[in-house]
Amino acid sequence: MEHIVIIGNGISGVTAARHIRKNSDKEITIVSSETDEFFSRTALMYVYMGHLKFEHTQPYESWFWKKNRINLKKGYVSKVHSNSNEIEFTDGEKLSYDTLIIATGSKPNKFGWPGQDLNGVMGMYHKQDLEALEKYAPDNKTCKRAVVVGGGLIGIELVEMLHSRNIPVTFLVREQSFWNGVLPKAESEMINKEIIKNHIDLRLGVNLKEIKSDALGNVQSIVIAETGEEIECNVVGLTAGVSPNVDFLKDSELEIGRGVKVNRFLETNQPNIYAIGDCAEQHEAIGSRRSIEAVWYTGRMMGETVAQTICGNKIEYKPGHWFNSAKFIDIEYQTYGWVWAQTKENEARFYWEHKDGTKCIHLNYDKSTREFIGINNFGIRMRHDFFDRVLTEKRSVDYVLEHLADANFDPEFYKLYESEIVAKFNQENNTNIQLKKKSWARIFSRA
Amino acid sequence: MKAIKYTGIVIFLIGLSIFTGSIFTGSFSLTSDELDRFIKEKNYKSEIIKDALNKAIVTAEDLTIFEFSSRVRNAYKASNDHYDALIIKYDSEKNWDKKGQQYQYKIYGKPHTISFELAKIAGKGSIKENAGLVWWLTFGLGIIGALLFILPNYKLLGNAGIKNNGIYLESSTNRGFFAWLVLIYLVSFYLVLYFMPDYIVNWTFIFDPISQYLNGGPASQWFVYGFLYCTLMLVMATRMYIKYRHNKYQILRTTSVLFFQIVFAFLIPEIMTSLNMPGYDFKNAFPLDYDFFFEWNLESLKESGAIGLFILVWGIVLTLVIVPVMVYFFGKRWYCSWVCGCGGLAETLGDPYRQHSNKSMNAWKLERWIIHFVLLFSLAMTAVTLYCYFTGTQSFLGINSQWIKDTYSFLIGAWFAGVIGTGFYPIFGNRVWCRFGCPLAAYLGLVQRFKSRFRITTNGGQCISCGNCSTYCEQGIDVRAYAQKGENIVRSSCVGCGICSAVCPRGVLKLENGPENGRINPTDVLLGNDIDLMKFVNDK
Repeated sequence: MEHIVIIGNGISGVTAARHIRKNSDKEITIVSSETDEFFSRTALMYVYMGHLKFEHTQPYESWFWKKNRINLKKGYVSKVHSNSNEIEFTDGEKLSYDTLIIATGSKPNKFGWPGQDLNGVMGMYHKQDLEALEKYAPDNKTCKRAVVVGGGLIGIELVEMLHSRNIPVTFLVREQSFWNGVLPKAESEMINKEIIKNHIDLRLGVNLKEIKSDALGNVQSIVIAETGEEIECNVVGLTAGVSPNVDFLKDSELEIGRGVKVNRFLETNQPNIYAIGDCAEQHEAIGSRRSIEAVWYTGRMMGETVAQTICGNKIEYKPGHWFNSAKFIDIEYQTYGWVWAQTKENEARFYWEHKDGTKCIHLNYDKSTREFIGINNFGIRMRHDFFDRVLTEKRSVDYVLEHLADANFDPEFYKLYESEIVAKFNQENNTNIQLKKKSWARIFSRA
Repeated sequence: MKAIKYTGIVIFLIGLSIFTGSIFTGSFSLTSDELDRFIKEKNYKSEIIKDALNKAIVTAEDLTIFEFSSRVRNAYKASNDHYDALIIKYDSEKNWDKKGQQYQYKIYGKPHTISFELAKIAGKGSIKENAGLVWWLTFGLGIIGALLFILPNYKLLGNAGIKNNGIYLESSTNRGFFAWLVLIYLVSFYLVLYFMPDYIVNWTFIFDPISQYLNGGPASQWFVYGFLYCTLMLVMATRMYIKYRHNKYQILRTTSVLFFQIVFAFLIPEIMTSLNMPGYDFKNAFPLDYDFFFEWNLESLKESGAIGLFILVWGIVLTLVIVPVMVYFFGKRWYCSWVCGCGGLAETLGDPYRQHSNKSMNAWKLERWIIHFVLLFSLAMTAVTLYCYFTGTQSFLGINSQWIKDTYSFLIGAWFAGVIGTGFYPIFGNRVWCRFGCPLAAYLGLVQRFKSRFRITTNGGQCISCGNCSTYCEQGIDVRAYAQKGENIVRSSCVGCGICSAVCPRGVLKLENGPENGRINPTDVLLGNDIDLMKFVNDK
């Protein structure tokens, strides 16, 4: 029987395994060195915060793997021998495969800062990072201050985590405003305020120069490059992005760029070897996407796709309309379609913000055709299905505004802002858009 | 802020200690006049009970309630033993006439309940004399302490939002030592309440004035329990209001259960009693209200004229029409987490423990067996009861009516709903009864599963499988298992508390009532992927 070996038990690898099992009887083995079973990486933060126990981050009970005949193997793969169809573990053991899926995810970036390997310096990516954090920052007596370096999604999560245990945090962000490479100015500034509102010492536009050590090799302080200021701390979180976890493939026959190079079928340059998820790098970026997408959802989609191909229904990886979500301390964020940090030539924008400064929406549309391009919504939930359909049907911004009530996904009884939003749009654009009443028929019609 | 919190817990514990300690105070004895009156009222035929009780409790000694109870129960036992011995004797002599005569002398009823009635007359001491003061020292301190403990959360929890910080790091909410301590206290409380009410007769003295004022009679243990229930809900509701102050669904829902508990379950029945009507909780639907069709209730309704007839019709219409129609439009949540008293306590007092429900597949299987068994049990019991009521027989299909009622009341009414249902909150979660035991929930669940507009909609492909929804589902539904597949959640056990939606960090879940068509939407590939692939796989 054909043996499928999957390196990596994250969302990409596990999704691939599940779908291969759905469609075939092939033998499946998932290899991981991190944990025995799949867990949701994005939920690690909640374990430290005490919202969950680690077991709660595991979506499947242990019987699931046996029932679906998915073998789980713990081990660290050190080499891939594509000529002999084998992978090799650090202890020398070998495992042969007929088809190999590389789904090894990412690893946190380190930029060669002095002191980056001291005790108390950590990323926030692996389960092992969580354990390190629990060791070095169990409470605000052991960790009197923590410094988090890097203004992205993981950075703000780590800040929130430490804050939940009342540990004072200094947050060093290289950019002039939080995550402003992705978020437009208004949203980015809203998040700056949210960070400050939680008593985080936010430092914008600064870089880390070095991490200083005490006599025992523990973190003692950090120095800011621009000002030379030294900040005493016990823990340093390095969250300056991630990059594909592919170092173990350096000596293999596989073509490696920053990640494992794949074509649209997620095939590598070696026969019967695929790469999916964070570690895969498209030869050419798809649409407006990046060539490496370290996002939960794209990992899952690649898993869904590669399973089809392996089971005989060869399909290109064609992600649908872009969407994403995150939560910045107490502010939820969703996005559908594209809203770039900078407005492009052909684009027009509409921004509405609630006076309490924790809710906003940002619409992006084509100046001349009025075609809807994307939305950022903060503090208001929106229906994925609605915007996916709007984007597929190439609807106008006017259509979106008219049907904003259909799009709303906030819990029942929440205050609705649609009329306020539409009124503002009408006023700014001299239009006369009339908000339509919410219609179940429209919402649930299968277009 | 923290200091206020700690002061609060100390004050609360003082109140709780005085409340608990009050059981051991006071002295109990009867005068012979009082005993005569009691025996006359009870119309005992036994020739030796009077003498036995006279010796036991007409005394100048200061008996504690425990000594008093034991003496009373021994007196009754002696009387019954005496006649039982005669029955056996005449039986062996085959003297059937004599044997048959003995039964009229036996005294039926639960010994602790009879003891409670006597203790109510016999009690003396500082609590009875200073009911108002003792109320302040127990309930007063308890309420003030608890509020001082809860209110600082407004600041301490940080900005409004989901703040489940530390739940799994603290003993009391992570099945630690304190959780077990609370469990032991609650279980003991329910055991005494249901099976040894005489031991807590002192508590009823605290409430005699309030009870007199509301319904014109002295307080029973059920009056104390009803008052305590409302108080607990009210105090713990302030905790909900603070914790979910950003979530209007939670605020309204909490207000609704509070209203129905205090007005419908507590005040209206008390007022009805004072007006010589049968005290009835208009929201308590059969078969949760399992004794609605018991003879004593039907008789009492029959004797109550128009209001009795109205209650009878209302009770039947509530169960057969209102409940299913409302479930069709809104899901069973309209009852279970907006109206019901059991749900009300679970959503207030039980909220800190909601994460302990078991989410395993095995627990789900067990749940379906047990809850549907209880539903059948309650229906069978009611069928037997009604058959016997209308035909005047003792049993139906070989099942004795009294036996099945007693068995149900004991196993389901007392043990399952009370001792286990609430007592086990700190370890097994706050909805053990609602999930595994409630026959009404089983009935509502069947309607919700097969004929309802309610569902929890999953927002396309936005789920990140974090597990907050499943963890905080009090009904043990593995919400994530559906959400991560892009499927709506349609489950008979869902009580629509809305917490899964509240704790979701990505805005994936929404409780809504929509068209039945497409309510259940199995998908293979989630929204977000190539539309052709989705179509290909999902249509297959």
